[in-house]
Amino acid sequence: MLEGTTAEIRERKALRINPAKTCQPIGAMYAALGIHKCMPHSHGSQGCCAYHRSHLTRHHKEPIVATTSSFTEGASVFGGLANLKTALENIFTIYEPDIVSVHTTCLSEVIGDDIPMIIKKSEESGIIPEGKLVIHANTPSFVGSHVTGFSAQCAAFVDYLAESTGAKKNVINLFPGWVEPADMREIKRLAEMLGVEYIMAPDTSDVLDSALEGEYQMYPDGGTTIPQLKAMGDSMATLALGPMASTLAADKLKKKCGVENKVLELPIGIGGTDAFVNAMRIAGDVTVPRELEKERGRLVDMVSDMSQYLHRKKVAIFGDPDHVTAMVKFLVEVGMEPAIVVTGTKGKKWVAKIKEICSEVNPDVEVAAFSDIHYLHQWIKGNPVDLLMGNTYGKYVAKSEKLPFVRFGFPILDRVGHRAFPLIGYTGGMRLIEKITDAFFDKRDREDADEDIELVL
Amino acid sequence: MSDEIANNDSPMGSGPSAEETREQMLEIYPKKTRRKRAKQMLVNKTPETPEAIGANSRTVPGIITQRGCSYAGCKGVVIGPIYDILHITHGPIGCGWYSWLSRRNMSKIRHPEETNYLQYSMSTDMQEDHIVFGGEKQLKQAIQEAYDEFKPKAISVYATCPVGLIGDDIHSVCREMKEKLGINIFGFSCEGYKGVSQSAGHHIANNGVFKNMIGLDDTPVEAKYKINVLGEYNIGGDAWEIDRILRLCGIHIIGTLSGGVSYDEICNCHQADLNVVMCHRSINYMAEMMETKFGMPWFKVNFIGIEGTKKSLRKIAQYFDEKELTDRVEEVIAMEMADVRPVIEDVRQRTEGKKAALFVGGSRAHHYQDLFSDMGMTTIAAGYEFAHRDDYEGRDVLPSIKIDADSRNIEELHIEADPERFNLRKTKERKVALEESGFEFSDYEGMMRQMAKDTLVIDDISAHELEKLIELHKPDVIGSGIKDKYVIEKMGIPCKQLHSYDYGGPYAGFKGAINFFKEIDRMISTKVWKLTRAPWKDDSEEQSAAAAEPATVS
Repeated sequence: MLEGTTAEIRERKALRINPAKTCQPIGAMYAALGIHKCMPHSHGSQGCCAYHRSHLTRHHKEPIVATTSSFTEGASVFGGLANLKTALENIFTIYEPDIVSVHTTCLSEVIGDDIPMIIKKSEESGIIPEGKLVIHANTPSFVGSHVTGFSAQCAAFVDYLAESTGAKKNVINLFPGWVEPADMREIKRLAEMLGVEYIMAPDTSDVLDSALEGEYQMYPDGGTTIPQLKAMGDSMATLALGPMASTLAADKLKKKCGVENKVLELPIGIGGTDAFVNAMRIAGDVTVPRELEKERGRLVDMVSDMSQYLHRKKVAIFGDPDHVTAMVKFLVEVGMEPAIVVTGTKGKKWVAKIKEICSEVNPDVEVAAFSDIHYLHQWIKGNPVDLLMGNTYGKYVAKSEKLPFVRFGFPILDRVGHRAFPLIGYTGGMRLIEKITDAFFDKRDREDADEDIELVL
Repeated sequence: MSDEIANNDSPMGSGPSAEETREQMLEIYPKKTRRKRAKQMLVNKTPETPEAIGANSRTVPGIITQRGCSYAGCKGVVIGPIYDILHITHGPIGCGWYSWLSRRNMSKIRHPEETNYLQYSMSTDMQEDHIVFGGEKQLKQAIQEAYDEFKPKAISVYATCPVGLIGDDIHSVCREMKEKLGINIFGFSCEGYKGVSQSAGHHIANNGVFKNMIGLDDTPVEAKYKINVLGEYNIGGDAWEIDRILRLCGIHIIGTLSGGVSYDEICNCHQADLNVVMCHRSINYMAEMMETKFGMPWFKVNFIGIEGTKKSLRKIAQYFDEKELTDRVEEVIAMEMADVRPVIEDVRQRTEGKKAALFVGGSRAHHYQDLFSDMGMTTIAAGYEFAHRDDYEGRDVLPSIKIDADSRNIEELHIEADPERFNLRKTKERKVALEESGFEFSDYEGMMRQMAKDTLVIDDISAHELEKLIELHKPDVIGSGIKDKYVIEKMGIPCKQLHSYDYGGPYAGFKGAINFFKEIDRMISTKVWKLTRAPWKDDSEEQSAAAAEPATVS
């Protein structure tokens, strides 16, 4: 397994080996799926759309619909106008969405297709039916990563749809960031427990974890509605969760409609969730219910029970910046020691932030942005760790280094459960503690000699 | 279900006829789209002389399609599985990432000093400045860094959409680095926009393998019966099962292109006496070119399905025409059938008369019909994602296929007989004699001839058409890919992924067939599909009456 990887780290400037990121459009596709009756449309050649649908399907184990402009060589030379117009006509006739969200690919960006102009022409020629909408996001794959693609799509919702009528409402906007459908459901549950009125966008719960009832709905019940997206401009405040994924949309909303915002880390772990609950409490002027305090207490209790098994355990972790930041905070909180932290997305500020979070427990933490899993693996070879956390692609490293492995982030292609059980909030924290300690204990049980096997903790 | 079929002449079972189903599928489309799709959806009225189907034509923009791109066909399907070549995708990160072992091509290193590069995804991760100023320097350096890091014996480079548009000359970079590093380095211009589907990428890949690998190593192979298996990608270990059976028979595989194969094996595979072709679509070009250059004939085989496997083994034995081999093949078949028979007898009790539909790849939608027919099941509808007309209608239509603009963009190699190494394995007389006895070389009957009359053949099926098919005919199982899987299952129909096998396999050969029979038996018998509707949703009279009755008090 990964037998070509050695401990010697050579500087690489041009070759990416085992990336810890992928490209922008898949993030845009995921975000667009969180809008009710929205058809994501990939403007480029077929392969992009096929790859993104396959990957999202494998991750969620759910139908992922999206259309493509199906460029061949001709369209690449003459431009994608005709393809997009034909596509829109077909999409609205056959699949009847309320809104089509076009995102670009390398191909349409390099040839310079002007999407707003094409949308305008399609409107003028009556291809877009009355009352239906087409919006767009620029997501060339040679810029950013899947995380920035998600962010660009969220910003596009605001750009095209948010409106300010001048009448402020007692509503909080929530940009949940790129989290699982179950996490989005958990964010809503927390808001409801707190008694805060909210609009959350996007919302993939009930869309990408829909029920199996013998019927297929191309557009399941869930998702943020267009009136909700429009109404975001009239809300009192915005909470943006995950700086990389949500700041852009929140800032655009502030600029466009004057809605003040606060950007928070993802509510993972005790401190992360505390910050979110507190921000909601202040923004919504509500009292934290006793039941939520008890949830918090149950997580603290579990951490105290398990603390001895977590203390100073060295962790290697890779993934998306927002995910990793919040998770590293939690690891520090429960007494673990982040040793190497890697993301594929660019981010100097992010590096500084991770170093700061780890400053007390491990000032020597190795942090690398715009890096890859190969580098993480080489580093581990020279500096052994106790646990690896990251997406499915980490399994090769875990196997070759015989490390306990907790799957976390995007994509998780080889397990189920991640889309159904939240990792955020206090309840999510409990699940995380369970996953991490189970990974340690399972390894012990598997590898211990017979005489060392124990029954009780 | 079997009663229903017995009472109905149509292979489609009860419900609308194939013709009516087709009409209903087309109904929703705008006029132009309808005209186009109508050509790609046929009722198989005259299987013996199939009608012309509109295959290998452009996908209509906006249609939810199963298709991918040229890069996926080249790197993802044909070249990617060669485990000891270091593969570099030149482009932004996505393409390299998505093709990172997502096709389950199994492989293992043969010697401890080898490296299996399939667990690595290598890319130049192009950024905006590379798009503006060109990416050749980046590629050159990436090749150098890959060499420094791994010292591979060969490196292959794949161009993605933006590379073609900005005009990076990957081939000259490869030539330069080949000279500098002294290892084999070659590139594939398989930009995603080329052609209309993955198929273009297969063709480009075939050309590249032929130009840059085949024939580089003339070391003689010491074996009596030497063959190559072309178009077998070792999904779920299929190639290993085929290898096991052929070994038992005493037949040696030099190269399996390209599942679990090494670079050296490909360089040496022109030493074989015969090419047998599994996936005709992805590799027929190679079989043709090898015959022209080296003289080795080819024919089509199918190791999917019991009858398919037996037929293929016997055909290979007939080709070599040695009693020792013919006898051994029969012995192996008899031995293997002893394991297969009890399973198929058991499984058939539950599968007989059931209906399947298949929408997969280039050959699987055809091959798997053999497995279903082994189980007494009918394939009521089938189609390929990226086929050409000959895949449906048979190779005899080749001369009548017009070359369009999208195909013309793909290089056609001019191949001539190798003056030193051309070698007619079977004398011309023998080949003629075999042919006269009905033995078919260089042929492929196509899917339609083997499907029942009045079934549906649908090329590049769209999401809407698939939904209609399920709604109207409720097949008992559908073989398809990941993008369709959960749509189908939401409708309460089990779907078997036949690109990646859902972590299962192998399904080739005898042991593979046993795996498949058990798998389909499980899928058809499993209780979960009966649980899809909550009991209170059914307001049939019986149910309502039962609900209305007061609980019995004992």
